[in-house]
Amino acid sequence: MDDPRPTPIRVLIAKPGLDGHDRGAKVLARGLRDEGFEVIYTGLRQTPEMIVDAAEQEDVDVIGMSILSGAHMALLPRVVELSRSRGLDDVLIAAGGIIPDADVAKLKAAGIAEVFGPGTSIGQIAGYFREHARRRA
Amino acid sequence: MADLSGLLRGAAAGERLALARLLTAIENDAPGLRNLLPALFAAGHGGHLVGITGPPGSGKSTLVNALTDEWRRRGRRIGIVAVDPSSPYTGGAIMGDRIRMMGHAADRDVFMRSMASRGELGGIAAATWMAAAALDAAGYDPILIETVGAGQSEVEIARLAETTVVVEVPEMGDEVQAIKAGLLEVADVLVVNKGDRPGADLAARHLRAMLSTAGGRVGRTPPPILLTTATSGEGVGPLVDAIEAHRAEARSADAVRERAGRQVQRALADLAVRRAARDPAWAATLQSVAYRELDPITAAERLLGEDG
Repeated sequence: MDDPRPTPIRVLIAKPGLDGHDRGAKVLARGLRDEGFEVIYTGLRQTPEMIVDAAEQEDVDVIGMSILSGAHMALLPRVVELSRSRGLDDVLIAAGGIIPDADVAKLKAAGIAEVFGPGTSIGQIAGYFREHARRRA
Repeated sequence: MADLSGLLRGAAAGERLALARLLTAIENDAPGLRNLLPALFAAGHGGHLVGITGPPGSGKSTLVNALTDEWRRRGRRIGIVAVDPSSPYTGGAIMGDRIRMMGHAADRDVFMRSMASRGELGGIAAATWMAAAALDAAGYDPILIETVGAGQSEVEIARLAETTVVVEVPEMGDEVQAIKAGLLEVADVLVVNKGDRPGADLAARHLRAMLSTAGGRVGRTPPPILLTTATSGEGVGPLVDAIEAHRAEARSADAVRERAGRQVQRALADLAVRRAARDPAWAATLQSVAYRELDPITAAERLLGEDG
């Protein structure tokens, strides 16, 4: 039977690096599920290689990374670099967490599409993903 | 969408991104997929198709990880499809099976794909058999399909898999649970996981006693019952042995014919529904059933053009 719903957007939610706090990532995963996204949650302590491997196998439309440890400048541009080298050219890569304003511009220059700080609502993030994620035939 | 035969060729040549995109096309029922099916079906290498099912929280994901450890030690390349439920309200899903698979995250000989059930009953997504065929074309063997936490009536996986592994836990219930028809009946291999918990031996003994006498498996031998502790890997070697031992049985002429029959039945049912839904009288017929002017069987016959 025809499904009136559009194809769900697939989002990988990952926690890169060594911080052990994933409440925010889980709340976001749950919130995006309620917004109709298919969310693949990979858990804590992911290396950029693990994140990109998972994104490749899962063929996701969006990679969302939550990071609170301060290691964002080391880890996030690496995910962009690896993704592009694997041919994941049209995957939207975004980040959220505690990231100083001064670093946001640098991350955007490195290919992170958007950085969501504290206080961002799930609706705003869902809206951004809907607007900017690639569309499938 | 990229050219699907190109994706199939790439997947068969070991390109992981091509395989991933082919799986997306399958999930989304992309235009042109129908025409690819004969080639997809023909491209398989005969990988062993193993279903892993059982109630939520019985440790299926952890066991899949432990099985992957063991098969990797034996030099095999493993393909995994992990199915999780979609929300019936929003269509969204959270798929967390990769959390248990972190040890294999960078292993190029393990390919894992999470699939949302997208409303399909029976614990496996409609596209699952095609996804398994794609992994088979890419040369993975075995191919594991982990279903959503299944209940007693959800035996759909047995339609598709050559070997169905049912995972239970020591707290599964009393002996009567073991003789009810349903999930236990479709097990080719039965696992009592969380074997380090009190009562695990007893649960395995109960199952063994019940299934050997009154298992309701008419004309079939009772399944082997194994005790595992997926978190430590205890008992997983013998489990892999049991799954591999079942492979020959699953490929006997009778078993292959029976499975083909079930798959064609399923395809026929899907086709009939799709065809009937295109009938201009579909909406009106549903309404007649809703207002109790028509019974469902007569409605189905009319929609299939079998008046009378």
